[in-house]
Amino acid sequence: MLKVENVSAGYQDVSIIENISFQVKEGELFGILGPNGSGKTTLLKVISGVIPRSEGTIILDNKPLSSYSPKRLAQKVAVLPQMTTHAFDYTVKETVSLGRYPFQKGLFKQWTNQDEEIVQEIMKQTSISHLANKSLHEISGGEKQRVFLAQALAQQPKLLLLDEPTNHLDISHQKNLLDTLKWWSKSCGLTVVSIFHDLNLASLYCDRILLLSNGKVKALDQPNHVVEEEVIKQVYEATIKKQPHPELPRPQVMLSPSEQKEEFLIRKEDINVTKEIISLSTNVPLKTLSSAVIGAGFGWYKTFVNRHVSKDYHCDDVEKEMTQFLIDHQFHPKETVGMMTAAKLEDVAIEEIKEDKLSIVVVVTAGVSNAVDASKSYAHELHFHAGTINTWIFINGSLTDEAYIQAIMTATEAKTKAMHDEKIMDKVTKTIATGTSTDSILVAATQHGENIPYAGTITKLGKMIAKGVYECTIEAIQTYKKRWDIHD
Amino acid sequence: MRNISIQRSSRINRTIAYLFVTTFFVLSLLVGVSIGTLHIPISSILDVFSHALFQTELSEKTEPMMMNIVLDIRLPRVLLAGLVGASLALAGAAFQGLLQNPLADPYTLGISSGASLGAVFVLFFGIQLPIFGFMTLPLISILTGFLTILSVIIFSRFVERSMKMETIILTGIIMSSFLGSIISLMIALTGEELRQIINWLLGSVSMRGWEYISLFLPFFIVGTLMLLLQGNELNALSFGEEKAHYLGVDVRRKKLSILIAASILTGAAVAVSGTIGFVGLVIPHLNRLIWGPDHRDLLPLSLIFGAGFLILADLVARTIISPTELPIGVITALIGAPIFAFILVRQRIERRG
Repeated sequence: MLKVENVSAGYQDVSIIENISFQVKEGELFGILGPNGSGKTTLLKVISGVIPRSEGTIILDNKPLSSYSPKRLAQKVAVLPQMTTHAFDYTVKETVSLGRYPFQKGLFKQWTNQDEEIVQEIMKQTSISHLANKSLHEISGGEKQRVFLAQALAQQPKLLLLDEPTNHLDISHQKNLLDTLKWWSKSCGLTVVSIFHDLNLASLYCDRILLLSNGKVKALDQPNHVVEEEVIKQVYEATIKKQPHPELPRPQVMLSPSEQKEEFLIRKEDINVTKEIISLSTNVPLKTLSSAVIGAGFGWYKTFVNRHVSKDYHCDDVEKEMTQFLIDHQFHPKETVGMMTAAKLEDVAIEEIKEDKLSIVVVVTAGVSNAVDASKSYAHELHFHAGTINTWIFINGSLTDEAYIQAIMTATEAKTKAMHDEKIMDKVTKTIATGTSTDSILVAATQHGENIPYAGTITKLGKMIAKGVYECTIEAIQTYKKRWDIHD
Repeated sequence: MRNISIQRSSRINRTIAYLFVTTFFVLSLLVGVSIGTLHIPISSILDVFSHALFQTELSEKTEPMMMNIVLDIRLPRVLLAGLVGASLALAGAAFQGLLQNPLADPYTLGISSGASLGAVFVLFFGIQLPIFGFMTLPLISILTGFLTILSVIIFSRFVERSMKMETIILTGIIMSSFLGSIISLMIALTGEELRQIINWLLGSVSMRGWEYISLFLPFFIVGTLMLLLQGNELNALSFGEEKAHYLGVDVRRKKLSILIAASILTGAAVAVSGTIGFVGLVIPHLNRLIWGPDHRDLLPLSLIFGAGFLILADLVARTIISPTELPIGVITALIGAPIFAFILVRQRIERRG
């Protein structure tokens, strides 16, 4: 559809883009990315024929660009700039109708029925029909951009060029516009080449991305291959973190501002224990991975609550009840990880372990009335009990995602070993239990201080976690046994 | 703003628009011919027209003297006023669309001054180009007018690439004052018939006669045709040159032909009637407000409306303190300047809001 070969262009002696080559297939949604001044707009203007190129060729639909007259070109290529100025108060319909200009022939440029049909159809597809008789001054920025998109589409182009079309729009209009483009490219075979400002939007919508840096091609591939932390850092001189989209196989990037993080440590003494609640509050949020009732999964939280509930606690909507409980006790539910247990909170085991500059705090509450042997758990019926071994691990260090997961594995193994050594039996299967049916775990780290890539059992952090969790679990189980007068 | 948008949403259909402006023009024409030191009833005017055109018998009520007054004095004057008004309004509408600037007008852009300078030059040095003969005056006016608009555009682009509305107007006004002083200098140096020159500069269509109309008509026809066919292009250009290019307009060629056509109309108008300001500003603006900005209709509507308007302005100029005649430019400026101010304020508010 579009073939750009070794194209260079610029103003006077300064070349803005150099030796750029790429091809765009029919129906493709092709993104152009690059920092300010990298030549994105120049490239687009060269393709649309506004700026002459100094070298190279551009082939459009198997014919060189220069062989098209202005009208013929406008029948093939339409352009939607960032913003179109309008000095006069045209109506929406008049504005869209201008898109038929390249098709009007003769001295008097008759407006045909076909023109009218196309304009009506496109206004319907871009959902602006209801605005047809409004003037451009009366509609919002988002609607205006849709009107100019409709104008471009009224040219019935094969190729649509866009220069940061969503720049001035709020997110709902951004999504709306890009969804419309995607639809046109997939169902009508419209080829779309668009400059993007926003890496995330580009990776969400583009089939392929061309990354420009200083007027040269830096990368040209699918979003997942172009949007790489290293490449983006080189081109944009900004530190980013790449993450997958939660629902789609598309990469997303997060900016990391260069702010000074506050130095602080979590200490054993910070854990606050009452009959009803064990809690920890920090000034700075901690990056947390947990299986709690409130605040599960990855997140940043400032307060951590383990709440005592009676053995026969039962509630249809546990989450709602827990949220209300947190609010009643002056905890902010959006900043809090909340767990519950039927164990006595006074029996909690807390330990602080230090090695060099690294330190962790482990908090375990345990009740083992519903202990389960995981290897024989099929013998159990599904039945909800309030969580019985709750393990908290606070780490004064900076963890990778792998380290979080390994920390949980290590902690679980240590817990299981403690169960074994304390000979806790599964009442149903009469074998030694590996845990209880509703155990919960939380790993939270300050994310500053020592960088910790791994937390497997024999790593530095892994050893600390294993020791802390094992000892705390043993202690908590022994206290539990003493309280209920259970003997081996 | 509010009432304007209400009017706009129920935009009155085109037939009514054309009917209205044509009626306005015909009435202005009849009133213009009828009123003067000697009142001529409209019935007599129609009688004379029909006699002149179709050789019908004059009725008894129409005196032969009336026929002379109508055909030799009033009609050429009114027609000339109409032609000049039509040209200026059309040129104004075209400039406004091309420069995307509702404040543009042959006068505010300095073209009128440029054309005047050319005209004064020709008049005072008694130049006659060999081939063109008596056409020298309008041709030189057109040429100097065209050169003025070119330099205004080039200069304002040099000052600021985006060519903001105010920059163009400011450049036009600077150009106007500069050319105006050269004219003053020339007048001071020749030192003759000061009052008559100043009257001419302020604009007048009196005592011109049929030969001025025949002098003006060819330019009028060429310029008008060139512009009326560019309605679609002007619509596209009014969204900016780049957008026009994307829509398939051959921007360079169309822009040049629009500038030339508008300069022809302005230059020729200045050559026969001096500088008459604000017609090109007020008339297109008024029409745009009532009928909408679509240039395919805006251009012809402004043309007809402008003709009627200048006929009425001339009528006021020659009757208000009769027997003394006011220069017609005084009347148009008195009406136009406040409207200019109004548009400027409105644009500002819109941009802010």
